[in-house]
Amino acid sequence: MSYFSEIYHGIKTLLTGMSVTGKYFLNARKGAITQQYPDNRDTLKMFDRFRGEVIMPHNELNEHACDGCQKCEIACPNGTIEIIWDREIDPETGRKSKIIDKFIYHLSMCTMCGLCIDVCPTDAIVWGQNFENSTFDRSSLTRVLNKPGSTQRADARAKE
Amino acid sequence: MFLEITQQIHQWLLSLLPETAVPYVEMVLIAVVYLALFAVLGLFLVLLERRVAAWFQLRIGPNRVGFQGVLQTIADALKLVSKELVGIKKADKFLYNLAPYFVIITSLTALGLFPFSPYFQGFDINIGIFLLIALSSIGVIGILMAGWSSNNKYSLIGAMRSGVQTISYELSIGLSLLTMVLLTGSLQLSEIVEVQKNGWLILQGHIPAFIAFVIFIIAGTAETNRTPFDMVEAESELGAGFHTEYSGMKFAYFFLAEFINMFIICAIATTVFFGAWLSPFGITDSIVWLGPFWFMAKTFVLIFLMMWFRWTFPRLRVDQLLTLEWKYLLPINLVNIVLMAVLVWQNLIIQF
Repeated sequence: MSYFSEIYHGIKTLLTGMSVTGKYFLNARKGAITQQYPDNRDTLKMFDRFRGEVIMPHNELNEHACDGCQKCEIACPNGTIEIIWDREIDPETGRKSKIIDKFIYHLSMCTMCGLCIDVCPTDAIVWGQNFENSTFDRSSLTRVLNKPGSTQRADARAKE
Repeated sequence: MFLEITQQIHQWLLSLLPETAVPYVEMVLIAVVYLALFAVLGLFLVLLERRVAAWFQLRIGPNRVGFQGVLQTIADALKLVSKELVGIKKADKFLYNLAPYFVIITSLTALGLFPFSPYFQGFDINIGIFLLIALSSIGVIGILMAGWSSNNKYSLIGAMRSGVQTISYELSIGLSLLTMVLLTGSLQLSEIVEVQKNGWLILQGHIPAFIAFVIFIIAGTAETNRTPFDMVEAESELGAGFHTEYSGMKFAYFFLAEFINMFIICAIATTVFFGAWLSPFGITDSIVWLGPFWFMAKTFVLIFLMMWFRWTFPRLRVDQLLTLEWKYLLPINLVNIVLMAVLVWQNLIIQF
């Protein structure tokens, strides 16, 4: 008798599978996951987890959170990040502290492993969602992430 | 209407040419008609397959060339024509070049046998179904030739699997059609349609006819080497199977023949189970020129069913394939034939 129950079971499971794909077929018009990229360029929003490039967010006062600790530079497995830094004397406390001059990021060498972002104590660098990174000139992939004339944010300085 | 047109063309040719030459010219004309049908069907089926596959996978599919992608396959065909025919040094040149034509000619010949309408049938032979089964299994010789002559182990394995598959499933196709022949009492396709004027055979034969239809569609899917029975060209195991070494238009011939074979299997099912050009409940039987429309409509419903199979089920292993045929389909089929014979003997068939 197991012969017939196997046939019944087989047909039942096949029909279950067909009903699943049948529902997909009927919903394909509205539920299509395809992004028709160059057409929807204006409305396309990449998902939050997407690793496009490393960026350093600045607030409206042109301040960033990087205190130049260089942990990201050490963590990077292929030398993508170079930090040119300096020391300055804090006018309030009189202590010497590090400030960054240039945060240089070589996108052409980056493997998007995310170790720099994991290790950053002040969350100064985050993932950006931009993926249109191709250029005709390799040198334009080397970027300075801190904007000119930017300073360190006060709350990030207090964390030290 | 078809009759009038053909009569007019016949008269016109008679007035133009000597009487002995007319039949030859007409043969060429009919061949051109069927070639055109073949080409259009092939291109359309490939496009349909790609769109339907996309919808089953929640994608959009080709929609760039022409309106909603209708010209996509024409663009593909042009590309394939323009491509180089790469030859292999150690291939068996004769068989290698012959194989694609073998495959495509058998499917083209089979196309000529279908009753698209009472007046639109290329060749109404009295052993129609028998010839169709024979033709649909000759195609496998072309596949075997292609696999053998390519001098490539993957091609050969693919071709051998195709042989195993066709030999096994040919039995099921033959027996399930034989079940229906018990009802019709004739192998001639026009006679089979004639019988169905009292109700399509799947209704006339009810339970055993339905079982026969299910078996036929399973075996037909296997016969055309489509997923879930596509071990012949299992991409993950064999590269592209028997046509690994083919390129350009020769590859396109295999590809087209595969799709036309799918059409042929569905057209056989339409003819034998669903009343060919007859309309449902006889609503438009008085309008003869709607025949091809009904034939195509039914066939495309069945083709959609086969595409549904293809994009739902995973591929079978070789031993599972043979188990399905020899342990399940064949015994059921044999019992089914006896059941149908009893039905016909006791006159339990349903007729309207």
